[in-house]
Amino acid sequence: MSRRENIRSRLDWVTIGLVLLLAVLGWLNIGSATSGGEAVDWLTLEGKHGKQLLWIAVCAVLAFLVLNIEGEFFIRTSILSYLGMLVVLVAVLAVGKVIGGARSWFAFGSFSLQPSEFAKSTTALMLAYLLSRGDGKLRSFKTRLQAIAVVGIPAGLILLQPDAGTVLVFGGFVFALYREGLSGNVLVVAFAALVVAVATILTGAAVVQYPVIGAATGVYFLWAVLVGGGGAVIWFIIQSSLPRQRKRIRQWSLLALIGALGFSIALHTGMEKVLAPHQRDRIHVLFGIDVGNPDADYNIRHAKTAIGSGGLTGKGFLNGPMTAYAFVPEQETDFIFCTVGEEWGFLGSGAVILLYLLLLWRLIFLAERQRSHFTRVYGYGVASVLFMHVLINVGMVLGLAPVIGIPLPFFSYGGSSLMGFSVLIFILLRLDAERFTVLR
Amino acid sequence: MNYKGRMWVIGGLFGFIALVFVGRLAQLQLGSEEWTEYAARLTESRETLDAARGLMYDRHGKLLVTNRASYDILYTPRAARQGMDTAAFAALLGWERSALEAAFAKADAYASYRPSVIVRQLPADEYARISGELWRFPGVKARTRAIRSNTAGLAAQLVGSFAETSAADLEADPFYRLGDYKGKSGLEALYERELRGKKGTRYHLVDVRNNYQVPLDGGRRDSLAVPGADLTLTLDKELQAYAERLMQGKRGSIVALEPATGEVLALVSAPSYHPDLLLGPKRGANYDSLLNNPAKPLFNRAVRASYRPGSIFKMVQGLIALDEGVIQTSTRIPCDRSIIGCHGPHSYDNLTEAIVHSCNPYFHEVMRRMVQGRRASSIFDDAALGLGHWTERIQRFGFGTDLGGQLPGIRKGLVPDTTLYDKFYGRRSWAYSTIYSIAIGEGELLTTPLQIANLAAIIANRGWYRTPHAVRDVGGKGKPAGVDSLVQTGVEPERFDPVIAAMQQVVEGAGGTGWRARIPGITVCGKTGTVQNHEALEHSVFMAFAPRDTPEIAVSVYVENAGSGGSWAAPIAALLIEHYLADSLSNPEREARILAARDPFPEAP
Ligand SMILES: [Zn+2]
Repeated sequence: MSRRENIRSRLDWVTIGLVLLLAVLGWLNIGSATSGGEAVDWLTLEGKHGKQLLWIAVCAVLAFLVLNIEGEFFIRTSILSYLGMLVVLVAVLAVGKVIGGARSWFAFGSFSLQPSEFAKSTTALMLAYLLSRGDGKLRSFKTRLQAIAVVGIPAGLILLQPDAGTVLVFGGFVFALYREGLSGNVLVVAFAALVVAVATILTGAAVVQYPVIGAATGVYFLWAVLVGGGGAVIWFIIQSSLPRQRKRIRQWSLLALIGALGFSIALHTGMEKVLAPHQRDRIHVLFGIDVGNPDADYNIRHAKTAIGSGGLTGKGFLNGPMTAYAFVPEQETDFIFCTVGEEWGFLGSGAVILLYLLLLWRLIFLAERQRSHFTRVYGYGVASVLFMHVLINVGMVLGLAPVIGIPLPFFSYGGSSLMGFSVLIFILLRLDAERFTVLR
Repeated sequence: MNYKGRMWVIGGLFGFIALVFVGRLAQLQLGSEEWTEYAARLTESRETLDAARGLMYDRHGKLLVTNRASYDILYTPRAARQGMDTAAFAALLGWERSALEAAFAKADAYASYRPSVIVRQLPADEYARISGELWRFPGVKARTRAIRSNTAGLAAQLVGSFAETSAADLEADPFYRLGDYKGKSGLEALYERELRGKKGTRYHLVDVRNNYQVPLDGGRRDSLAVPGADLTLTLDKELQAYAERLMQGKRGSIVALEPATGEVLALVSAPSYHPDLLLGPKRGANYDSLLNNPAKPLFNRAVRASYRPGSIFKMVQGLIALDEGVIQTSTRIPCDRSIIGCHGPHSYDNLTEAIVHSCNPYFHEVMRRMVQGRRASSIFDDAALGLGHWTERIQRFGFGTDLGGQLPGIRKGLVPDTTLYDKFYGRRSWAYSTIYSIAIGEGELLTTPLQIANLAAIIANRGWYRTPHAVRDVGGKGKPAGVDSLVQTGVEPERFDPVIAAMQQVVEGAGGTGWRARIPGITVCGKTGTVQNHEALEHSVFMAFAPRDTPEIAVSVYVENAGSGGSWAAPIAALLIEHYLADSLSNPEREARILAARDPFPEAP
């Protein structure tokens, strides 16, 4: 058995099948979304679905190339590719092209490339490299700091573009870190922060009549409750606990209270002072807050309408007027899931959700079956990135998350994202195929 | 420490999120119909298909009123924001730039994203001139609209106007939508329901810019427009045109009826106007000038003007008196000019002579016999009873009624009754001596030209008439029911002999006042009339029917402030009758004299 055949037989065809299925479904839905109600010529390379077909072919070639590179090469070049990508991210800030308000693109003639799509791969590789070296665990403070830096530096550069969606995706690496031993408290703190954030946004948009100072934002009330109510609760807990534990409880609870208050104040100030009004409106719309502008929720209202009008079985392939006639914005890229919802209904869109869940679970399965520590971390990195994309994208079109433009993996129209995801996942498949031959 | 167990936490989180998404999908897609309904509101559009309005033809199938394409020029302010060359557009339209800017400002104030009409009903030829240039002006487009066209400009007041619906119209009838047109007066209004047809509907899927894309449900819910019914009028286009020509330059009216059917052959109110003046971009200015014209061209004199009937009324008096038995055909009454004036050399006329001579004392006495009929001991009660009876009989000739109301805008005129005189003089305070002037067609009596033409038809028919009407056929279904009801006057046919004899003498007799109505080979029966008025010449009135034994046409002619009935109205009636009955014109000088005559008329010599 030749080495090449060896790799082929060990490739995880389940993952490849799921990815290919998603890509083909994406292509079909792009064709429908951009048909404008006309008959679709499926064999053409013209139009958006035609170009997407071309991109799928390009990615097939790319996947073939990636699969033919020794896994060791990716490991050895982790640092190099990571640093190289940082240079590219700095470069795009300098000479990049602005599309959709973000300086995220390199333009080569009529063809544009978004380097941040590939930064996800390099960051995942670097993180895997970092955690598979040294003590291998996240025990030391130094390693933790290094891990935060590995994720934080590219994320910071991308935030400068600004591309908030991709930054959120980088936040997903916390799952990989959690799997490698990061305290579960991180997730608890993250959940607590989410609760405080929602409360801050809701009260921040409300107007309350206060004694003495009169009408003002409701967030003051929240802060008053945090200080007064929180203080009372802490006092009560301290009084009812054993004396020898009191000091420790007092320290931690005060820290939590101050942290929550500080976070709330920072968030509120950021909402009011840093965000542009239309960005603030997007967040307010998500929480059902009346922003006094009937067009503010236009995108999300039309997205929900397209999906909601699909019913159980949908209006049928190529039969969705909401998406075909451009009522839904970006209907072939970020809002592609609307086409699925409108034309394939609950059964079709539920099936697509299921496909993503199967893919994510398969990736976890792949990661866990590795003897290689590097591959396991990388595998979780891949799963985290895909999960964040699905979470934010589908959450957005379903009106559960604010309007943040990031693509649905393998589904949305666009070459950069498709190539980025292909590289990300086929590196994992190559590493996975080598799991018996290499011990790292 | 081994963290492998955490794969279940992460995998569980992924599963939980997927569950949340599926739950949300179920909520949106399987929950209420709200989103489906909202999607339909956004993506479905109903297009109303206007029905072609019914046409109008004359009695011989010649086209009178048709539809023609016109063009509204629409302007959408928002679409015009980039680069509207106002000066060039104003030049293209031939407008002042300031006027165009004012129109733009008005459109902007109304709705900046909606098209407003800048130019209304541009005729096809004018549109053709500018259509090639319109593309240069962003936000400007044209919309076709069918408007009415009166092919020969005939019978303007009878046909009526077709104009944009008012807010009240929209309120009253859900058929109409903003910007729709409807018949506002004349036959256009009277037959609006038949003419307008039924609108069709087409459902479309629209795109986000509201452009029609494809038929909804494959067009299964669509319905076609049903064109309105065509009207065949009773008018004779040739006769109508000739009648209008004869009345050119004069004020007055012509009504020509077919006695046997009550069909209106011609109906002229002069001065008239071309109905197309009230369409198109200059509609407003034209309407104002017609409205302010002292000759009142918009006023349909033929059915709305009220005049004292004068001596023509004496025939009615004679007929009723005969029927009541207060006189016989041979009864002679002295011309006692001490009670009431008279004219001409006669002193003891019978009925026929009295009509020919228009003897006032004769009919004063006739009326006295009818009113003071000794029905009561008090002369006041007697007069009230007598007049009540008389009023009823007069009304059966159509006077004081709308003659069935089958023509648009009919007025009733006035036949005084006891109620009126009680109000004037007080109850039991008047007798025949108080009201005798109505005996000779003066006093409070008022009749319309249509009623006088109808009287001619009654005499021609010897005692009955069919209600005058102008429509023979609606949409191929024949004459609408009830338009030509038969009305009996209750006067026996033989009573008409002396009256018809008198009318023949008026035209043919030596010194007859109607001699200008003679037509070689046709026996015309006519009666002249004059309507006194204070400030100017009297109105010239003539009523006639012909031929005497087989009447085919009954006419009334009114020429205001033209002098005696014989001088102008009689020859006009003759020309009209001859035009209708004969192939050729026997008296070209007569026609030339009439066509040359213009208001104001010279004082009679
Ligand atoms: Zn006399």
